[in-house]
Amino acid sequence: MQSVIRIILQRLALGLLTLFVVSIVIFTAVNMLPGDFAEAILGQGATPEAVASIRRDLGLDQPPITRYFQWLGGALQGDLGNSFAQANFASFAGADTGVSTTVAQQIAPRFANTMFLAAVTACIAVPFSLILGILAALYRNSVFDRATNVTTLSSISSPEFFLAYVLILFLAVLNPVLPSLSNIFDGMSFGERLEKTLLPALTLTLVVTAHMMRMTRAAIINLLASPYIEMARLKGMSPMRVIVKHALPNALAPIINVIALNLAYLITGVVVVEVVFVYPGIGQLFVDSVKIRDIPVVQACCLIFAAAYILLNLLADILSILSNPRLRHPK
Amino acid sequence: MSTLTTLALLLVAIAAGGWMFRFAGQKATANAPTFRDMPFAVAFGYVFGASLLLFSVWYFFQPTVTDAGVPNAGVVFFRWAVQFFIISTIAAYVFRLVGRAVGTEGSKKIFRQMPLTASFGVLVIILYAITAIFAQWLAPFGQEEIFQRVNVLPGGNAATGGDPMHPLGTDQIGRDLLSRLIYGAQNTVGIAFVTTCLAFFLGGTLGFLAATLQGWLDQVLSRAVDVLMAIPSLIFALLLMTIASAWAGSERWLLTVYMILIIAVIDSTRVFRLARAVGLNIVVMDYIEAAKLRGEGLGYLIFKEILPNATAPLLAEFGLRFCFVFLTIASLSFLGVGIQPPLADWGTMVRDSAQFINFAAFSPLTAALPLLAAGAIALLTVGVNFVVDWMLQRSSGLKE
Repeated sequence: MQSVIRIILQRLALGLLTLFVVSIVIFTAVNMLPGDFAEAILGQGATPEAVASIRRDLGLDQPPITRYFQWLGGALQGDLGNSFAQANFASFAGADTGVSTTVAQQIAPRFANTMFLAAVTACIAVPFSLILGILAALYRNSVFDRATNVTTLSSISSPEFFLAYVLILFLAVLNPVLPSLSNIFDGMSFGERLEKTLLPALTLTLVVTAHMMRMTRAAIINLLASPYIEMARLKGMSPMRVIVKHALPNALAPIINVIALNLAYLITGVVVVEVVFVYPGIGQLFVDSVKIRDIPVVQACCLIFAAAYILLNLLADILSILSNPRLRHPK
Repeated sequence: MSTLTTLALLLVAIAAGGWMFRFAGQKATANAPTFRDMPFAVAFGYVFGASLLLFSVWYFFQPTVTDAGVPNAGVVFFRWAVQFFIISTIAAYVFRLVGRAVGTEGSKKIFRQMPLTASFGVLVIILYAITAIFAQWLAPFGQEEIFQRVNVLPGGNAATGGDPMHPLGTDQIGRDLLSRLIYGAQNTVGIAFVTTCLAFFLGGTLGFLAATLQGWLDQVLSRAVDVLMAIPSLIFALLLMTIASAWAGSERWLLTVYMILIIAVIDSTRVFRLARAVGLNIVVMDYIEAAKLRGEGLGYLIFKEILPNATAPLLAEFGLRFCFVFLTIASLSFLGVGIQPPLADWGTMVRDSAQFINFAAFSPLTAALPLLAAGAIALLTVGVNFVVDWMLQRSSGLKE
């Protein structure tokens, strides 16, 4: 047990270090932008005084290293700065309305929406792909196995927007079962919210199922040649029982690993799907901010995406160590 | 709610059908082992598959126009899909037959072992390559040529707002869509191919260098790659494209060049990992030791000793990487920051024509337009993946 905690702490420290370096990379990349937001927002006819005033107000006149640590320190306390685009520039004209949107306020509800989408998708995709994978392993090399293999391979290699539009065509336009636009707002009941989220969730399910299903199938089939499976078979167990009782527990490590990796993909790879369905998630906000070069929002979104990605990869790592005794006691 | 009830009733009916099928089989064959040992799930599967097949055949032969004169769009799309499936299966089968009959002994042998999916993949790749190379001669018009009539509907039927000169219609500023679709093969596939080659050159060289020299260079490169891989690739590409678009300013073509470089660098990290891992296994071989003792230089070691022995895994990776790069570029273009107009490109075409999908109930042809461009992307990646899947299965020798 002692060694397990040590391994987990080691991985955690490594993950934090990676996140720190990633934050430096993101900050440096954003600072390579020519010109700055003050010039961009005031246009070509800006007077030097106005530019300097906005720069001072947004803290753009500080040296990069100071700004980096200010940003990082703020981010650690949950303060991601003020959105440039939403900042109240009326104050420069002398009329202070006292309204200013911080990045954290802007991101928080959208982050919750994205997590909701990811959760709904995971609830559909994980059981679905596990069952498909077990069935494909049970009836391997049958027509069912071949058909599942070809279908999942096709769905994983198609671009997300192709799957999204095909689903819209059949489930929203030709048979109006589900809404094609996910306009989610506060105060919606859970049922309504679920209904609006279902179509993007189904699209994402199609994207991630193939990977998980193929991994489940491969992991189980790998084990079927083992002596203890042979033993169970000779005892007269039914094939389904052999797989569920004997093969599956030993195949869990790679399966958990691939599920965690696909969850990481769900949180980060939702950008395109959110744009197609106009789903008010963090991916949509990211793309919009990229287009208007709203630096604090772009930075914050990038950092959140990277953190989620690193954390879930870390989780996959730790879970696979925990589920494999050989990794738990390294020589 | 009624939909759910119908579905549940259907499931119960199929379950009952499965039980009856097994029971009837047992009675008819005097309890033959096939039916005696058949689990219920398998019987259910047979009946489910059979009813699905029956429904498809019935649905396929429904009239395409309802009594009210409105097109029955569901049937139209279903027919297209089934026809495409049948034609591509036949084409793949014929292609495999031709491959088995013509060519050298080696190529014949490859075709003899090929599953139908892989032969379909090879056929698709060859067709795309021909379209991309000969786009200038295949396309009826130039990709930037602008015509008087804008927003011509597809179909080429003058009575329904089409124009025989433009079988797929024209876009909002009057460019021929068929030509743009064909040129899209050249631009999208060509750019993805160049990017993948660049990523392989960069990642492969650095990976082999790290494997051969090891020491601090290996450490620095590996840690840098670790950090770059910790950022999700599409997010990182979007972030860098923001900066690139500011640098490029109004020079649109420059942005495309930046995009190639950015995606090549991001993807080269994955290639680096593989090249380094494969290289590390090769540098411990005796023949590398012998070459070092002969006094061969670094270039000779990498290109004459390591590279030939690492071709097989790198080739399969090339196919997969190409798919990823191709999809990334298509997604970036779809989001509006990828390949820039006036170059014709499939991702941009999907975005521009996406709203047509809402007209599916009235005019299936118009609604097919975004699906056609998106399908062109999907078809190539599916084809490449089929081939790569077969190659991996063959090289790993997995039979079960």
